[in-house]
Parts: sequence; structure tokens; C-alpha cells
Amino acid sequence: MASTSDLERLDDTARRAAELRPPVPPTALGPLARRERNLAYSMLLPTFGIVMAVVLAPLLANFWISFKPVGLGDLRPASLFVNERLRGDLVEPGDVATLQYRLRNSSQDEPLRDTAFTDTLPAGLTVTGDLDPRCALDGRQLTCELGRVEPRHRETIAVEVTATAAYIADPVPVRDSPATSQATADNVLTNFEFTLENFDRVFSAAEFWHVLRVTVYYTVFATLGAIILGLFAAQILNTAFAGRTVLRGLFLFPYVAPVIAVAFTWVLLLDPFSGALNAILRQVGVLDQPVNFLGQRAFAVDFFGLTVNFPVALTTIILIEAWRSFPLSFLFILARMQSIPADMYEAAEVDGATPLQQFWYISLPQLVGIIAILFLLRFIWSFNNFDDIFLLTGGAAGTRTLVVNVYEQAFAISNLGAGAAVAVVVFLVLLCFSIVIFKYSPQDEG
Amino acid sequence: MQPGLGTLTGFVAGALWGLVWMIVTAVMFMLVSGAATTPPVGAAMLAGAVCGATITAFRPAARTFGVTIAAIAAVFLVQAAATFGAPLGLPLATAPLAQMAAIAAFVGLTWFAVDRTMAAQPSGRLTRYQFEIVVLRLAKGLGLVFFTVMVALPFYVMVMTSLKNQSELLANPLDFSLDIAQGPAGLFRSYIELFTVYSFGTFLMNTAIVAIGTVIITLSFAVPGAYAVARLRFPGQAFLSRSILLIYMVPAIVLVIPLYAVFSQLGLRNTLTGLLIVYPATTIPVALYMLQGYFRGIPSELEEAGLMDGLTRAGVIGKITLPLSLPALASVALYVFMIAWNEFLFAFMFLDDIDMFTLSRGVVSLNSSEVPRQHLMAGAVIATIPVLVLFLWFERFLVSGLTAGSVKG
Repeated sequence: MASTSDLERLDDTARRAAELRPPVPPTALGPLARRERNLAYSMLLPTFGIVMAVVLAPLLANFWISFKPVGLGDLRPASLFVNERLRGDLVEPGDVATLQYRLRNSSQDEPLRDTAFTDTLPAGLTVTGDLDPRCALDGRQLTCELGRVEPRHRETIAVEVTATAAYIADPVPVRDSPATSQATADNVLTNFEFTLENFDRVFSAAEFWHVLRVTVYYTVFATLGAIILGLFAAQILNTAFAGRTVLRGLFLFPYVAPVIAVAFTWVLLLDPFSGALNAILRQVGVLDQPVNFLGQRAFAVDFFGLTVNFPVALTTIILIEAWRSFPLSFLFILARMQSIPADMYEAAEVDGATPLQQFWYISLPQLVGIIAILFLLRFIWSFNNFDDIFLLTGGAAGTRTLVVNVYEQAFAISNLGAGAAVAVVVFLVLLCFSIVIFKYSPQDEG
Repeated sequence: MQPGLGTLTGFVAGALWGLVWMIVTAVMFMLVSGAATTPPVGAAMLAGAVCGATITAFRPAARTFGVTIAAIAAVFLVQAAATFGAPLGLPLATAPLAQMAAIAAFVGLTWFAVDRTMAAQPSGRLTRYQFEIVVLRLAKGLGLVFFTVMVALPFYVMVMTSLKNQSELLANPLDFSLDIAQGPAGLFRSYIELFTVYSFGTFLMNTAIVAIGTVIITLSFAVPGAYAVARLRFPGQAFLSRSILLIYMVPAIVLVIPLYAVFSQLGLRNTLTGLLIVYPATTIPVALYMLQGYFRGIPSELEEAGLMDGLTRAGVIGKITLPLSLPALASVALYVFMIAWNEFLFAFMFLDDIDMFTLSRGVVSLNSSEVPRQHLMAGAVIATIPVLVLFLWFERFLVSGLTAGSVKG
């Protein structure tokens, strides 16, 4: 049991130890370091600026829009349409006619505030009748203050004019000086009216869970397909033979060629009536009937008395995505394989390891790192893939993934808000992936 | 002659190769000649098997030139006999020249593949090591054929379709034979029409402007940024060097809705300027990431020496760092060019005006029932050729830059 003096002695030792501890470097930056920091920040500023403006700001804007009842048509702000015309014939000086201004609120549901329009009357016309109380004439300048205009509101303001001799001599069409209108309206995008309707609509739709399932299938199998094909291709091209360089270039074609070119080629190849692939498969005897590879949702397969609905179109687009993306994984895996030191294989050879054992116990463990990175990258890219699916099937026949659904909601159904809500879901899923990557990515990369 | 278990292996391997080469040569024959046939695969398997058995009936040392001749002859004779004189399942009179070539290709390729697979393998019992070698050779060989066909077929069809006309294609979807007699003007009719009627010249120009502009903007933003991340110390450096790539993971479709809304209101939507703002923003992060990886690999002593000798930072970057990282710059430029040239989504969403179309947008506009299919494929070829040529030209830069700069695992 420690006595009080013991405690005091301990305390004293601690104090002395603290005095002996080497001086800690100052936490504040020195002038040189500050200059370096400022230089670095200024060099990164342009990058920050453009990434903020075009990537991060839209990401946040998505959240905003997803709570808004906004359609594609609301992008054009509400305004006052003014249409002027002259009713009545002006033949002689002194003839009277009516100048009509037909007004319309362009918006179906937004009122306009502080509405006004101005117009310059044609020279030679004088206003004779009573002016509408909301209008005022200053020289030839007609200004009408209309205040608040309700949605869908239409009205006509008439001004009685009399022609002078000067006008008859040189009649100027009234539309030569178009009326200009001004109004302030709440922009749906910028006001503070929020709704949960978009999320409600997205989540309660029966197809949402189907879309989610399709997304998972597509992402997982396209990723696996690309990596397995890439691993296989890398194994083949890691052996020396004549024409290897040519084939390596050829194998990269699917990755380099524009997506529109390859997507339309596949559409043409897979066409059930005039497609070459269907014709080949029928000639060789694999198929009896032409198959609509991109248009058929499911194909019932009897599997030991169990009927399984095999998703035809989904499988096709997964295979095409694997075809298009295997070159990337093949490139990375090949590069890694060529950097495995040859003496490992020589040692294994001496020890009597067979080729498959060498692959299993030497190559694969060496490739695990790169395969893991490729898996993450491809996983995210397949998840994000819009172009292929959109061009191949347009999301029909059970191939609508989350990303295609964003387009479908926002631009096909013209409901920007619902599209943004799906985009928010997409973003949240990706955020989870990113956290995983951050946690498990190798520390020494770069 | 010492037939044994090795002969059986040769028999099986030969049957597989016979099957594969019969299908490949028969399909190629159909595509080139336009004649239709059902390939006699059973006979082909037998022919390949006899060839394999012939070779492996002898010890490796005893496989003389005579054995080779016998093996080749075996493929031909068995194939001819088993199909009653119609090696491709067709009377020899149909498309005789193409048929001769196809039969010769079948015989030669089958023999070559079997011979390579069984080279130096004994006719007697195979050890596990030898057996695995045979299996691996078979798998790699079959894989090679599989990949080559899988990659080459769509591109072959793309080019050939663009040179044909719609009625021919509907009549026989397998007939990709070319009618050379109609002369170049008839052959390239679709291309001529695309450039004269569909203003593909403008599209090509627009795409080139956007792609090259994107490369220039991306590099001028990413080079200083990458240098700062790689060389300078500042709070947040470690975080930045790891997180910058995450930006690249953001899908374009998520950005499309807000950008569409804002660009519509700013009047940037239907312009090439709009694309020149969006494309660099999506490529700068990946360019920065690739470049900083490369910059780190340059010995910093070189730059310090430059600083000691009185160069400014800008001077160091311009005179030391950039000249040393030319391969990386080339690969990044090529990669960015490729992305911008091939980009589809933003071009599709933003461009309405035909004078502003890029190639991607232009080709999509050809995808309608009023435009014949060969025009669509000709458009695809026009969009593909420049980027493919450029890519093959600079391939080694791209490969080394992509793999060395970005991922080291």
C-alpha cells in the first residue's frame, strides 16, 4: 500500500521526467512551411474550383432537387407572355382602332409578382379613349403595372388609338416594337417549398426492389466476368509466341472503341431477324429458333423438374459489359504478372511443382492485390454504367438498373425531382463503397 | 510406333481442335462467301482425333517429317471420307475458291494446333507434370481462338456492314462478301453520304475540338495540382492524394440532372463550351492521380539541384519535372483524349443543335428506322478509327502509364 510520501515521490519523479523530455517541435507552421503550403494551395486551386463547380456542387444540388416537386418543364422560369395586335382598319386620318394586348401567365401553377409590360406605340397613333387604370402613357411609351398575376390567368388590355395623317402616310406595324414584359416568379428550383413525394414515389414503386436486384446482379456478375476473362487473357498472353503484340493490341479494342460504336454493333449482331450471330448459331446447330437476346425478358428452363426463369436480356448485357471491360483488367493483371520474378518459378520447377501448382501457389497469391483493386474499381464502374445498358436495351426487358432508372425518371417521365431522388440513392450506395475502399485500400499505393 | 496412353491424350486433344477449327473455318467461309452450310463437326472431330493419334503414336524423337505428312494427310483424308467428299458439308462446286481456302485452313490449323499441343509429349503414359502441360496448352490455345473470335467478330461485322446495303443484309444476314465490281464509289457509298448529307465532317471537327480542348485544359489544371500533391507538404496532402480518385467514381448520370438544370438556365447547354467545362472536370481527378504517381517516382534530388541553382518552382516544373515525365504526360493525354472522344452521356443530353453534334451524338441520331443500317455502322467506323489508330500508335505509353502511375500492388 503506497503511503502519501510515496505518492509525492512518484509525482516528483514524473515532474523531473517531464523537464528532461526533449523539446517538442512547435505545432504551428514556420514561415517556410507556410509559404510551401500557400504555394501548394494555389497550385491546387484551379482543380478545386472546377471539381467543386461541376462535380461536388451538382452532387449537393441533387439532394436539394430530390426534395422538390420539379418537372422538366419547370426549368424555364414562369413569365408573362404579351401578344399585341391592332383591331380595326385605319384608312383615313381620324379613324379609330383598338390596340389589344393579350396577356398570359406562362406557368400553370406559379403566380407572377410585380408584373409589368412596356411597349412603344407606333409613331402617328394617338391614344384617344380612356386608358386602363393600371396603365400610364409617357410620350409614346405605354407602361402597365399589373401587380400579381395568378397562374393560368389570361386577359386582354385594350387601348383606343386614333390615326393621324402621318400614320396613314407611313403605317408602321405594331409588332415592329415588341412589348417587353417583366415579372418575378418563384423558381421551383430556388424557393423553399419541399416535398417528400419524390422519395415516396421512388421507394413505393413496385419496380424499385426489382431495379435494385437487377443492379446487384449486373454489378456483381459483370465485375466477376471482366476479371475472370482478364485473368484468362493475361495467362494466354504471358506466354511468348509469334504475333503476341498484335493480339495484345487487338484485345484492347473493346475498351478503346467508342461505346456507341460497339453498342450499336452488338445490337445489329444480336438482332433476331437480320443479326449475324443468330444466323451463325442456327447454322452451327446451337439454336433452333432465333433468340431476341436484347428484347426477351426471361426464358423458362426446366431444371430437373424445377422451372427457372433465365433472364436473357440481363445476361446478354452482363456479357457485353464483361466483354467491353475485360481489356482493362487484362492489362493490369498482365503488367503485374510480368513483374513477378522468374526465379520463383525456376525454384518451383526445381522442386517439382506442376504448372497448375505454380499458378495456384505462386501466380495467384502475387495477383491477389491487383485483383482486389480491380474488383473494387470494376465494381463501381459497372454499378455506374449507364451508356451500354441505355444504348443496348434502353432499360427494357428487365435490364433497368438504378443508374438507368435515374434517366428514366428524370427525362423519360420528365420528373426531375424523382430522378434526383434515385440519384441520391445511387450516391449513398457509392458513398458506402467509398468508405470500404478507404478502409481497405493499401496504404503504400501511389 | 509405340502407341500408349499418350496416344489417347492426343486423340482427345485432336478431337477438340477438330471441332473448334471446323466451326471457326466454316463460319469464316460463310461470312466471306455468303454460302450457307451446316458444318460437319462430327467428321471434323474424327479427323482431328486421327491426326492427334497419328502424331502421338510415335515417341517425340521418332516424329519424323514423314509422320508430319501422314498427320496432315490424315486430317484431310478422314474429313473427306467421313463427309463423303464434301468436307465442309457442301458440294465442292459452291464457291469453290473460298471452299478450297477454308478446307486448307481447316487442315493446316488443325494439324498445327494438335502438333503444338502434343509437342514433346510421350506416346506412353504421361506424368502429372506432362499431363498438366497438355491441358494448359489446350486451354491457352482454345482461349486464344475464343478471345480472338470474340473481339474480332464484332469489329469485322461493323466494317463489313458499313460497306454493304440493307436489302442484301436482310436477305442473308451471314453474307458479308463484298461486291468489288461496283468500284470504290459504290463500296463507300455510306461514307460518302454521311459526309455529304449528314454533315459528319462537322461532327468530326466538333469532336476533335472538344477532345483536344479537354486534353489541354485537363493537363494545364492537373500538372500543377499533381506536382503539389506529389512534392509539396501541406495539411491535407495525404488525404488528398488518396481521395482525389474518389471523384472519378461519381457516376456521370448523378451529375446530369443538376448540370442540365443549371446549364439550361445559363445558356451553356447546347454549346461545345458546356462540354469543355464538364469533360475536364471529370478527367482532371484521374489525370492528377496518374501524374502524381509518376512525379513521385522522379528523384527529388534533381529538382532540389535545380532549386539550388536558382530556378523558381515554375522553372523546376517546366525544365526538370515535365521533360522527365513525358511518357506519363503522353499516356495521360491519350487516356483523356480517349475519354473525351468516346463520351456519350453529356453529349447526348446537352446537344440539340445539329451543328454542335459530336460524333457520339451524331451516330445516335442515325439510329432510326429511316436511316439504313449500313449508315449507322459507317458512322460507328468513322467514330472508331481515329481513336483506335491513335491508341495503337501510342499503345506502349498508355499501357506503361496506366499501370505504373495509378496502381502498384
